[in-house]
Amino acid sequence: MEITEGDVRHLEALAALRLDAPARERMRGQLQRILDYVDQLNAIDITGVPPTYHVIESSNVLRPDEVQPSLSNDAVLGNAPDAQRGFYRVPRFVGETEEPA
Amino acid sequence: MNPVTLSIAEQGRLLRAGEISPLDLVEASLARIAALNPQLHSVTQVFAGEARARARQLAAQPPGGPLWGIPWLAKDVLATRLGRTTCGSKLLEDFRSPYDATVVERLEQAGAVLIGKTNMDEFAMGSSTENSAFGPTRNPWNPDCVPGGSSGGATAAVAADLAAFALGTDTGGSIRQPAAFCGIVGLKPTYGRVSRSGLVAFASSLDQIGPCTKTVEDAALVLAAIAGEDRRDSTCLRQPVPSFDAALAAGLRGLRVGVPRDFVARGLDPAAAEDFAAVLDALRAAGATLVDITLQRAPACIAVYYIVATAEASANLSRFDGIRYTRRAAGARDVAAVYEQSRTQGFGDEVKRRILLGTYVLSSGYYDAYYLRAQKIRTLIRRDFEQAFAVCDVITMPTAPGPAFKFGERTADPLQMYLSDVFTVPANLAGLPAISIPTRVAAGLPLGVQFYAPPLGEPVLLRAARGLETVLEFERLGLRGAA
Repeated sequence: MEITEGDVRHLEALAALRLDAPARERMRGQLQRILDYVDQLNAIDITGVPPTYHVIESSNVLRPDEVQPSLSNDAVLGNAPDAQRGFYRVPRFVGETEEPA
Repeated sequence: MNPVTLSIAEQGRLLRAGEISPLDLVEASLARIAALNPQLHSVTQVFAGEARARARQLAAQPPGGPLWGIPWLAKDVLATRLGRTTCGSKLLEDFRSPYDATVVERLEQAGAVLIGKTNMDEFAMGSSTENSAFGPTRNPWNPDCVPGGSSGGATAAVAADLAAFALGTDTGGSIRQPAAFCGIVGLKPTYGRVSRSGLVAFASSLDQIGPCTKTVEDAALVLAAIAGEDRRDSTCLRQPVPSFDAALAAGLRGLRVGVPRDFVARGLDPAAAEDFAAVLDALRAAGATLVDITLQRAPACIAVYYIVATAEASANLSRFDGIRYTRRAAGARDVAAVYEQSRTQGFGDEVKRRILLGTYVLSSGYYDAYYLRAQKIRTLIRRDFEQAFAVCDVITMPTAPGPAFKFGERTADPLQMYLSDVFTVPANLAGLPAISIPTRVAAGLPLGVQFYAPPLGEPVLLRAARGLETVLEFERLGLRGAA
């Protein structure tokens, strides 16, 4: 599969990352080389083979549904870069791109 | 005799005999870290005050089990309430975990004393510890060489006797390969044998926590303390943890050892090839039976791994968004910009590469061609092992294609770096337990060999490793120049 500069830009958008032009070109070449290597898998016959979703097969592991202590709100928010009154504080994201009516 | 150079078992005997105290051991480790770590950079945080306080507290109680009073180090991808949990990343530079990983809790209950945290490739992605945002770790055998990775800080620390043991994590060989490069023992348990609660996830279907130790016996002692069911990890297996004592004493006689000769013959450097031949001779001489086996799809494992692991990583690392954890890019005007700029500034190159590759193999139109195909081949790989274990008890192969390499040698070509995991990755893909033990020193650098066992085959794995360790008599590094 041929990886283009546009493909890398698309991946950046999906992954919420941004590369500058030289880094993007370097990344394109590296991804290309890795995907070329991975193409060897096309030679393996997988007809009728189920995928592995869990290596050690066990199903429906259940435990009693008992209330246990959990982390406090303060402990969880302790690492937030910005928190206020028990909530994460984030930039405004509602209506910011809408033109006034 | 400086007690830091001893194994867990030896330190434990002195502790229980009252010849040394937990505080003596903590002070000896702290002095050793102060003397050697500036050069090695294997330990990134030291908990001197807390460790001394804990040692005094223990000394006021009667001696406990085998890990009671033993200082240890945690790879910095394991959540600890003490200090920070950085995962070797700028993005988590100031992250303080509000809870301890299950393994950390269990070692605390066993009386072990956490003295610090060790360096690693960022988010455990790498084979050399060169991807740490806080600078590389040096190999204690040769400071021009990498310690391996991603648990290179943990294995270098144990090789240099900074502590008797460390916990590392192994997603594609990240305990075993650096253990081999540093001349120590590294064990990756069966997938699900040890709880992953509090292990910051890289690839959830492959990650396992395991011990980095000086001896096979010590690996068994640590595994016994950390393994077993945990209500905080639903993938953690419920099977009881057996005693490993009988297995450790059983020896090699009568053990059937599978040798995947075709697979191993590909791409071993001459020193490693010679060493592996010598290991096979030693196994045979000690009474093991060598059985030729074929692992037909083993050569495909690296390709499968870099699809599965990066796919899972791209999903797991989406949680680092600049909203919940420590670093947020300054000046971002909207939420999308917060995400993008925080991640772009926070992640290093290798992490970005793997996120992008994982995003690609999961993206619309490519999912079947890459991810689904890889998961099907993973089934074939597991079947290859099932067939092999029908005719042998354990499988042996080298840990790495050669000894530790020089800094910078493989950073320019990520694929070349990935290929150094060729012999370790199959165990993770199949969920099998595997161990690396040191064999001998060639040109000043240690080499290692692995055993693989069937799922939950830790007893026979430890039996094989202990048996070979006994006949090889590997001489540990024994660095001098420190109190």
